[in-house]
Amino acid sequence: MRKLILALASATMLAGSANAATVYPLDRATILVGSPFDFKVEFDAVVKPEDVKVTVNGQDYEAVFGKKAEFVAEEKGKEDEVLGSALILRDLAIEQAGAYKVEVSAGSETKSVNWDVYETAAEPKAKNIIFLLGDGLSVAHRTGARIMSKGMTEGKANGRLAMDDVPPVAFIGTSSTHSIATDSANTMSAYMTGHKSRVNALGVYADRTPSSLDDPRVETIGEALRRTTKKSLGIVTTSEVEDATPAALVSHTRKRADKAEIVGMLLDVKPDALLGGGSAYFLGKDVPGSKRKDDKDYINEFKNAGYALATDKTELAAAAGSNQERLLGLFHTGNMDVTLDREFLKKGTVDKFPNQPGLVEMTKAALDKLSKNPEGFFLMVEGASIDKMSHPLDWDRTLFETIEFDKAVGAAREFAEKNPDTLIVITGDHTHGVAIIGTVDDDKPGTEMREKVGTYDNAGFPNYEDKDGDGYPDRVDVSRRLFLAANNGPDHYETFRPKLDGPFVPAIQNEKKEYVANEAYKDVPGAVLVEGNIPRDEDTGVHTIDDVVLQAVGPGSEGFRGYMEQSDVYRVLADAFALGAPKK
Amino acid sequence: MAMAKRPRAFFDRRQMLAAFAALPVLSFARPAQAGERLGFGELYKSFGVLGLEFSDKVKQLSGREVTVKGFMAPPLKAEANFFVLTEIPMSLCPFCSSDADWPDNIIVVYLARKQTFVQYNAPIEAHGVLEYGSWVDPETGFVSQLRLREAGFNTV
Repeated sequence: MRKLILALASATMLAGSANAATVYPLDRATILVGSPFDFKVEFDAVVKPEDVKVTVNGQDYEAVFGKKAEFVAEEKGKEDEVLGSALILRDLAIEQAGAYKVEVSAGSETKSVNWDVYETAAEPKAKNIIFLLGDGLSVAHRTGARIMSKGMTEGKANGRLAMDDVPPVAFIGTSSTHSIATDSANTMSAYMTGHKSRVNALGVYADRTPSSLDDPRVETIGEALRRTTKKSLGIVTTSEVEDATPAALVSHTRKRADKAEIVGMLLDVKPDALLGGGSAYFLGKDVPGSKRKDDKDYINEFKNAGYALATDKTELAAAAGSNQERLLGLFHTGNMDVTLDREFLKKGTVDKFPNQPGLVEMTKAALDKLSKNPEGFFLMVEGASIDKMSHPLDWDRTLFETIEFDKAVGAAREFAEKNPDTLIVITGDHTHGVAIIGTVDDDKPGTEMREKVGTYDNAGFPNYEDKDGDGYPDRVDVSRRLFLAANNGPDHYETFRPKLDGPFVPAIQNEKKEYVANEAYKDVPGAVLVEGNIPRDEDTGVHTIDDVVLQAVGPGSEGFRGYMEQSDVYRVLADAFALGAPKK
Repeated sequence: MAMAKRPRAFFDRRQMLAAFAALPVLSFARPAQAGERLGFGELYKSFGVLGLEFSDKVKQLSGREVTVKGFMAPPLKAEANFFVLTEIPMSLCPFCSSDADWPDNIIVVYLARKQTFVQYNAPIEAHGVLEYGSWVDPETGFVSQLRLREAGFNTV
């Protein structure tokens, strides 16, 4: 009997999936009232237009949506194969909040989805929002940053991080529309649009056609601010400004790698302050260092759009005081160097770009610029390299990045003290599989580094010192230091030591396109080979599916509570700014 | 605009001579017309946010046979007629990964005739006619700033 039921169940499921159309936005989508989005139906089969029936809350869709969708007889795949018919209605906006049931049928295919079109408070609760995003920020990062930066005596922290006094208010689920796992594109996109999406996608639902620029769009927070407010918009990051996280505030593409196009999308929305790396995609292809395939000179286009340009720390200080309408700061052709290299070891590419500002300076410059607008602002600040150093398992650089991010949190809190109408949100976009195991003590007996790992009572406390009081340990290579380990990764050598010559490169590709342990670390005394536990075609440690912690303080922060989907966060932001106020 | 004027030599001349002296077999293995050596640290005169500037050495050697030591990045496809030469072994594969990017200082090597690709973990010496300036590969759309044409390579 049990077997029969199972057989029946699986047969039903198979039949269901073979004949179901797909509707975008997906079932259980939450949509800000009045926000433009694309409606798309994908049929598995080629259907006749006269057979297609779409109703919304039982009425013909045209009557409710006010527009007719375009019918595509045959959508084509990569090899020109026929994927089925489709209906597309772009730039739809629903002006009436409420529950919407969309039912679609054609031939044997049916699909029904429910949308929650929501309105917000009538009046804004906050004038400003500072959204601080530690890319990949996990619990081990903040614990490690606290111990490294502040120290610990008899089990009690000797000081507090700036983020330690912002209440944790929610656990955030980061999963994507097609997988429990996730990346920085769809996660930040969920925060910044209110819609979950697929890995690598920004500001769109991922459809089945090969083009990355035709997928059904949803409104980004940048666009929503331009549509409904006169507030300023700021984007600050230590990565390329066209990287996934900053891009999520303005972009629509299925592929985060469309960086050349994303620069154009940034110009479309014109953030009032845009600071970070990534100038290579602003330069025409004939300029050495360019990564564009066309001749577009976006440096010039941004200047023509009223931007003051800064290319290093000194120019940033000068430009922040300028009277020009907008501020563009590009401090590296690629991702900016990390704090440990920039301020301490002078490794990485610091010899080529010696005068890069840090996240704190960029945050302060952006706050100066944006706070001149009496209407208020939305500022996103990203500590990008918490993630970029966690991937290659470089935990010392990761913790320095977390300390720097925390200092940016400090700058934001300082601003909010003087401007209490500011909502501060601090969170990560996804987690990494890292934990603090204990310490490594060089003075333990023997030569085997593994035997020098202290666990439980033997871990003791690390001996970092911060004599100059800058919040960073004066030296990272102290004799008793934190020992962090990843729960996943490629084959690599564990050296039990900080990488003083530049960021860790755990694995490199061999002729079979498999990642193998980088032999450069093989002869470090005491190094041990750690065998990987993820597929051999993966180069570094991966994102994990664990919830992230969200902290918030200020007007509107009461909207965050308990477990929330990443897409629900947008609704609280929209509510704080009353982006969907009921029409009077 | 602030351009960092910091010419940096990857190998200094003396080290290079020492390397030559220590490895006579190496020069024997290379074709006679291998020409001057060019190091990855000698490609650009300056690095800046608004662009890089080719070194005088690159400009002088343009159109001439040079030898460059580096690492072969995993090719776009097995049958591609070019590969990317990098200063350090690639830990990410920009051809495979959605968000990985090439470093600034790469050299695209167009092979004179088919050669078997080698293990990417080991250094190689590529030799060919140096060419600089923007070029879009007609087949793949890959944009390069520095190339070796009519090239070959050998392991070291």
